[in-house]
Amino acid sequence: MSPAQSAEQPDVVQPSERGSREVLDASDISRALTRIAHEILERNRGADPVVLLGIPTRGVPLAQRVSARIQAVEGQSVPTGSLDVTMYRDDIGLKPPRGLEHTDIPGDGIDGKVVVLVDDVLFSGRTIRAALDALGDIGRPRAVQLAVLVDRGHRELPIRADYVGKNLPTSLVERVTVHLTEYDGEDAVLIADKGAK
Amino acid sequence: MKHLLSAADLSRDEAHLILDTAEEMRSLADRPIKKLPALRGRTVVNLFFEDSTRTRISFEAAAKRLSADVINFSAKGSSVSKGESLKDTALTLQAMGADGVVCRHGSSGAPHLLATSGWMTGSVVNAGDGTHEHPTQALLDAFTMRRHLGSLEGRRITIVGDVLHSRVARSNVLLLSTLGADVTVVAPPTLLPVDMTAWPCATSYDLDSVLPKTDAVMMLRVQRERMGEAFFPSAREYTRRYGLDVHRMAQLPDDTIVMHPGPMNRGMEISAEVADSTRSVIVEQVTNGVAIRMAVLYLLLSGSNEEEQTA
Repeated sequence: MSPAQSAEQPDVVQPSERGSREVLDASDISRALTRIAHEILERNRGADPVVLLGIPTRGVPLAQRVSARIQAVEGQSVPTGSLDVTMYRDDIGLKPPRGLEHTDIPGDGIDGKVVVLVDDVLFSGRTIRAALDALGDIGRPRAVQLAVLVDRGHRELPIRADYVGKNLPTSLVERVTVHLTEYDGEDAVLIADKGAK
Repeated sequence: MKHLLSAADLSRDEAHLILDTAEEMRSLADRPIKKLPALRGRTVVNLFFEDSTRTRISFEAAAKRLSADVINFSAKGSSVSKGESLKDTALTLQAMGADGVVCRHGSSGAPHLLATSGWMTGSVVNAGDGTHEHPTQALLDAFTMRRHLGSLEGRRITIVGDVLHSRVARSNVLLLSTLGADVTVVAPPTLLPVDMTAWPCATSYDLDSVLPKTDAVMMLRVQRERMGEAFFPSAREYTRRYGLDVHRMAQLPDDTIVMHPGPMNRGMEISAEVADSTRSVIVEQVTNGVAIRMAVLYLLLSGSNEEEQTA
């Protein structure tokens, strides 16, 4: 697929997402998650110390999928949960109040573990900063790593991902949307100009 | 939402949002660090013109767990005893920069006056006003029921006792009917308001006929301090007809829970055996109260007010 040129490619445009391009399809996402699962195992020499925490909303099913792949490869299940960061965001006083998402820390906790945070898109890095603060109130992991499906650049904080599904160079006016079957009925990563809905 | 003044102001969606948020807040109790940064730098004033133990402590714990600064104000020992008016108190709070005011007052409508008079710009939470409303109590009761009964849709809730003087009863009837429950209030005729037609609930004078068909029974305190005259012949007669004792409890279906907003008159509206029985969720109500008040304070105070008003 040719990069960033904005020429429309009618064969991949979703009917509901006019003006948006599909940059990853279902099998691309599946392969990326499989690779990430293997990288996590390789880096940590097995699944023993690993706890996967998805960041709501779409990080949670991604964490579960990575967890299932690790289980398939290692034959060993990995504690998997979710971590809501709403109350740790730095813009909490600037936006209208939002409802909270579910936080689910696996039974054994995170003390001494390697926590792998899982999110769909890495952008400014502010969500991850909030997640690090949230983790600090829950326990003291031995290490924290970050897995994202898409890294679109434009970081505003010194944060990087350890495992990346796809590096996606974008401009600030573009919008990256991740669709997952659990919420949207399909697996796809879409990119669109802001305003084009 | 800018203020929480009445349970009637809550739509079903807003009520569910508060209950769902409280569910997340409650899980905080299991964490080593029981503190969230959501209200850092905000000031919450507990403005209590009337005595209270659990409500004030509950609001204080809730605000502190959200990292807000808490100022406690009780009318006793303040300038109110020198005759300061509600308006001047409100202007003082405004000058001190209170973001949220939790108000309990003996006069019905006092929190409403604070919220709408323009004396102050902060959010107002009604923590009980006269014989009018006590919305956070109703929310924590609904929260407790939801944890035990699941959805409240079609559930049969019985509220027993001094409905006439009870702000808890009014708020509960309004909120529970919003949530789809079937509410019956049971009381002697003298302790029911004269006209109940505006209340979205059924009424009964006979406790024994209602108990076998109820999923949760809430006993109200007999409020002697609000009773200038006799509403029933004697305490013993009240207990015999409307008190919940072991024999009455035996009529309840197996998984029915027993609730009481506190403080209890043990031996009057509820017997000690019932209050301490396995059906009783009275202590849990207090725990849930902190979670509900955290949810309310978070949803009212965490965001920016300007955007909230335009939204």
